[in-house]
Amino acid sequence: MKMHLDEKIWLILSFGLIMGFMFFTGYQTFVLGMGPPSHMETIDPQNVDNIAPFDEPGVYQVGENEYEVVMTLEIFSFNPGNIEIPAGATVTFIMTSKDVVHGFQVADTNLNAMVMPGHIQKITQTFHEPGEYLVLCNEYCGTGHQHMATTITVK
Amino acid sequence: METAVKNFKEKTSNVFGINPQDALLSKSYLLVAFAALLLGGTLGLLQGLNRAGLLELPRWLNYYQVLTAHGLLLVLVLTAFFTIGYFYAGLSHNLGGLLPKVRKMAWIGFTLKMIGFVLAVIPILMNNATVMYTFYPPMAASPIFYFGLVFIVLGVWMCAFGSFIQVANWRKNNKGKHVPILSYFATGVFVLLFFGSIPVTIEVLMIIPWAIGWVETINVMLTRTLFWAFGHTLVNIWYLTAVSAWYVIVPKIIGGRRFSDTLTRVVIILLVIMNIPGGFHHQIIDPGIHESVKFLHVFMSLAIAFPSLMTAYAMFATFERTARKKGGKGLFGWFKKLPWGDVRFLAPMLAMIAFIPGGAGGIVQSTNQLNQVVHNTMWVVGHFHITVGISVVLTFFGICYWLIPYISKRVLTPAMNKLGVATTIIWTVGMSLMAFAMHWVGLLGSPRRTSYTTYMDHATALSWDPYLFFLAIGGTLLMVGVILQVYAVVHMMFFAPKGETEFPIADEEDNATPTPYWTEKWGRIIVIMLIVVAMGYVIPVVDMIVNAPPGSPPFRTW
Repeated sequence: MKMHLDEKIWLILSFGLIMGFMFFTGYQTFVLGMGPPSHMETIDPQNVDNIAPFDEPGVYQVGENEYEVVMTLEIFSFNPGNIEIPAGATVTFIMTSKDVVHGFQVADTNLNAMVMPGHIQKITQTFHEPGEYLVLCNEYCGTGHQHMATTITVK
Repeated sequence: METAVKNFKEKTSNVFGINPQDALLSKSYLLVAFAALLLGGTLGLLQGLNRAGLLELPRWLNYYQVLTAHGLLLVLVLTAFFTIGYFYAGLSHNLGGLLPKVRKMAWIGFTLKMIGFVLAVIPILMNNATVMYTFYPPMAASPIFYFGLVFIVLGVWMCAFGSFIQVANWRKNNKGKHVPILSYFATGVFVLLFFGSIPVTIEVLMIIPWAIGWVETINVMLTRTLFWAFGHTLVNIWYLTAVSAWYVIVPKIIGGRRFSDTLTRVVIILLVIMNIPGGFHHQIIDPGIHESVKFLHVFMSLAIAFPSLMTAYAMFATFERTARKKGGKGLFGWFKKLPWGDVRFLAPMLAMIAFIPGGAGGIVQSTNQLNQVVHNTMWVVGHFHITVGISVVLTFFGICYWLIPYISKRVLTPAMNKLGVATTIIWTVGMSLMAFAMHWVGLLGSPRRTSYTTYMDHATALSWDPYLFFLAIGGTLLMVGVILQVYAVVHMMFFAPKGETEFPIADEEDNATPTPYWTEKWGRIIVIMLIVVAMGYVIPVVDMIVNAPPGSPPFRTW
């Protein structure tokens, strides 16, 4: 198969583009620690309320301006809801679902993770800007899915 | 002697057109496809109006029921029936008519699929299967819904094996020859359809005893992964079907020749080999899959873009070559020499152009960190309304304007061509407006698969409303497009003036280099495909089974 010079250039650029995306993804994941939420711990989805830390969901301070939010998701609510934290706080959300598959998304941030029954999911974000952030479920979970929302207030 | 009879049959089918029995088969498939478009499109309009805050659905018909039916009708019925109707007409034309055995298999497949769809749709209508077409456990629909899915898969397998038998028979009678290009595309599509549907079959067979209550719990992560091994392959099956028309049909319509035959076949082989592991890019922000596995899958997904970039070059090279032969001049001036007023060209051309932003968006969202920004937002909905809604569906529309006259022994009138051009433009404008607004509002955070809500009048959610209004405008234009297209299909099939229409298959260039014969070795291609699937899936799937958490019982949350 004979190839024209411009076709070769095009294909090399195409290949380079794909490799470029690969490189940046790998660099961000393995060097900058910005990999997508991929926590590996599991849990009995029918017994969440009795297993630590989910037996006591809530907001916990774990360091200077560092917080952990232990959260359970079930139709159609986030527990705890209406979270308040100070500006500049780094927050790790530790989550699991008590029933079906849910999504945890905070608009205007890069917080976005699937929360599945049987799996514990973790995701971290530093909130620099004060404001009232909208937390919503972005995976269809039933009739009341559109009401599954709460807020994070950063003061 | 047998080959002489065979050759004679092929020649007669080329001269006298399709035989009536094969025509009836394709017509039936296409009619079901466009009935699904009419129904699914209407439901789509209801959603668009609801999402824009203009329409409150009645109590007996909830948004999620409508969405489940919209998805099932358009991504399963419309695309599968069109693909089979189109390729079976191609096999009949290419290979000297369908063998009686194969025709019978396609009819059995048709019946099985229709039974399957009725079984799947009844529980949806009764609000017993409002689980979306992705039916993620542990949401459990009525078992009847899953029985329907089993019948659909069996029906698809019938058609896949029918095409394999047809092609194998032709090869036996034409030793050493290359399978005609459109039949080669059909082989690729049906190989993908067969192997891609195996994972979802396993999933459904896991779900059925659990939905009935014989088994108490299910492995949620495993079922989800099996679904996407199929789900993503399905997307590329439609895409490969559209691509077949771009490579084979469009050059003939503009009066040109095909781009390199070898390259075309290599593109098909690459798409078949690399497709199935692409499914993991739907699970980039899932728990329970290791970061290194996800990184491997960035490569697995982006690799699929490479044959598409090869296609992009091939298409524009064909256009330029043909237009320059017709006297086109200048860097871009030759564009004017293309037959823009011919719907058979205009529709697939706009479809291809739409694949530029569609494909770019796909590359962006399969990259891990960027995926996290848009995952499950309206961006994704915008993405597949460009890729499926324009690139695939508009190509299918374009195919109708010669395929339906061909199988119906009628002709495309200038008036119908004009109507087709109008439909194409209305469709493109409607879908572009809608898809652009969806991408934008998705970036702002508006979630997919969510009925109209302001989240207790939260300021962020209220700021999305102006964008969501475009869903109503786009949806209304698309509804007009649907009605015009369905009218055109029915008219061309039953009322257009009688006459002969050609099945437009472009020839190769006169000085084309012969295609190497290894492209015909499907056994080898399938082995490589299975190796690639194993590379992508063995480690994470074994991990999901061995390290599985206690399973989940069924839930009904609607």
